[in-house]
Amino acid sequence: MRRRAPRQRRGGRVVTRMNLVQAINSGLRGAMQQDENVLLMGEDIGRLGGVFRVTQGLREEFGEDRVLDTPLSETGILGTAIGMALHGLRPVSEIQFADFIYPGFDQLVNEAAKYRYRTAGEFHVPMVVRTPYGGGIRGGQYHSQSPEALFIHTAGLKVVCPSNPYDAKGLLIEAIHDDDPVLFFEPKRVYRAVKMDVPDEAYTVPLGEAKVVRPGEHVTCVAWGAMLYEAFTAAEEVAKQGVDVEVIDLRTLWPLDVEAIVSSVEKTSRVVIVHEAPRTCGFGSELVALITERAFLHLEAPPVRVTGWDTPFPLTHEREYLPLAHRITPALLESARY
Amino acid sequence: MHVIREDGSLDPTLDPGLSIDQVVALYKAMLRTRIVDDRLEKLQRQGRIAFHVGSLGEEAAIIGAAAALRDRDWIVPCYREVGALLWRGYPLQRYVDHMYGNAGDPLRGRQMPDHTFSKSHRYLSVSAPIGTQIPHAVGVAMAAKKRGLDECVGVFFGDGATSSNDFHAAMNFAGVYEAPVLFLCRNNGFAISLRTEHQTAARTMAEKAAAYRVPAARIDGNDVLAVWRAVREGVQRATDGGGPTFIELMTYRLGGHSTSDDPSIYRSQSEVDSWRKADPLARLRKHIEQRDVWNDDLESDWRAICDAEVKECVLRAEEKPAPELRGMFTDVYAEQPWHLREQEAQCVGGPRAKDEGDES
Repeated sequence: MRRRAPRQRRGGRVVTRMNLVQAINSGLRGAMQQDENVLLMGEDIGRLGGVFRVTQGLREEFGEDRVLDTPLSETGILGTAIGMALHGLRPVSEIQFADFIYPGFDQLVNEAAKYRYRTAGEFHVPMVVRTPYGGGIRGGQYHSQSPEALFIHTAGLKVVCPSNPYDAKGLLIEAIHDDDPVLFFEPKRVYRAVKMDVPDEAYTVPLGEAKVVRPGEHVTCVAWGAMLYEAFTAAEEVAKQGVDVEVIDLRTLWPLDVEAIVSSVEKTSRVVIVHEAPRTCGFGSELVALITERAFLHLEAPPVRVTGWDTPFPLTHEREYLPLAHRITPALLESARY
Repeated sequence: MHVIREDGSLDPTLDPGLSIDQVVALYKAMLRTRIVDDRLEKLQRQGRIAFHVGSLGEEAAIIGAAAALRDRDWIVPCYREVGALLWRGYPLQRYVDHMYGNAGDPLRGRQMPDHTFSKSHRYLSVSAPIGTQIPHAVGVAMAAKKRGLDECVGVFFGDGATSSNDFHAAMNFAGVYEAPVLFLCRNNGFAISLRTEHQTAARTMAEKAAAYRVPAARIDGNDVLAVWRAVREGVQRATDGGGPTFIELMTYRLGGHSTSDDPSIYRSQSEVDSWRKADPLARLRKHIEQRDVWNDDLESDWRAICDAEVKECVLRAEEKPAPELRGMFTDVYAEQPWHLREQEAQCVGGPRAKDEGDES
């Protein structure tokens, strides 16, 4: 990693300009330094440093006993990670692409998610599953999916999706400290696209807290991960036409910070929800339901979902599939003028 | 491999050298498990419990293996191995309470009967999907190895599970990471109705281990001393740093798959009767009677003790109320999130369902 000269910041923290890949790498390093029971496992994560180089240098630093280049089996990775978590370790598994998680789906949904419940708390599974998700890298249907709703739907799992390097590092360390299984979706489209100052030291960002990234009065726009930037771009665009959008970055998808959304909608009376995943039974559906249940009398317009279409993820037309700013902008205007 | 011969004597070249007290203790545990099984099956037939999955005919494979593992070793069960948990001293009352899903059920009525677990007995939790526990066992073994603990893991599964992707993933990981784990395959001839020869074209389950370079043995699973010996050899290999062992325990499921099964649809009574001659309890009894440490009086005394114990547990279990309703909403996460707090309040404060019997 090429670093700029560190500089002092608030509270005397040393910070470094990092992209998302570097920030996650730094978070893994910090968590591994804090606790020798944290170990990494996944395909190509050791010698190669991962296909996106997120784990680069960690095998050299911590040894092959703590950075496991595993055989090619998601069932094996997630199933053995559960066993390790049951016996005192805190495994952080990488599933190379979220699209490849399904062979291990049963281990996550029927085993990791339910172990605490089915042993009345006697056993628990403190594991993190990191996986790059989402489109915009010309990956077609098997390198672009956003399957977060499947895991949000599963009782016992937590689901995190950071949008920027600072949050990613803090949320990841918090997820590793957490005593429940956490799915950590990394927006691969953002991996090298955004840089910001990230403290070198280990720090945490709490799970379950959304963040208002752009305050506004007229329409609430809820997004996460890579689509946060599209929502922001669209908000800036409609501001030129006098529409003041409040953009909320969920950061943790489940457990949801429902208060942050409801209090914003109580103020704006209008809401647009953006996600890459297909619309039907996507997380946006649940958000609309919650908003309708909790802020019905405040609403001045029907909640709007701007999402991926209900098709498999395409290749050539991926920019028409994704809910990019060109689709969010008119949705915000329509909502504001309804 | 056989240790106990037809005539009840032991093959001196293979005798693992257990004391006679240990051998009698094995017999008593096997008989107690059978008596518990028998009572639970009757309770299910009477409609007093919902379900039972028993181990009739497989007691030697289960208890012999449990006995050969050391107290510090982990047992990862399939679902037919409660005998192993009882061998480790799990209170029978707790088990019977679980079978009733009552207020004494450590699972708070959250699972079907026979989904036991106990951290203090180093016994992981039963899951119904087939084979999913096998990679957990490898992970526990990898963790023990990484933490430098002198422990190994025995994981039970049936012949059917050797078709599952979890089995192959687990065997592969165990081979690659030389995990201190024993794969204990109870080949009881059936996966519910499907015979082993239709489950796989492999001639034996043990030969599947060869692909993963996991040393394998195929032994008489109805011979408790052969089971003990093979498992203890695997424990030795694991603790010597030799990695995993696969043991195919050849046995026969004398009962149905569970109380919900009707095996007469897929096998003949004469087949079952012929296997009754290989009953693991009868074989061991012949041996201990020959050594003059067991007889009809001791048999009936022990049966009476076990019967009375089970009866007492059932009596107490039936007196206990249902678990608290709000217990449905805990242990989903370490801390209860807002949505479960809300749903708990809605459920507990909301209308109650009629009992099934009350609906007309």
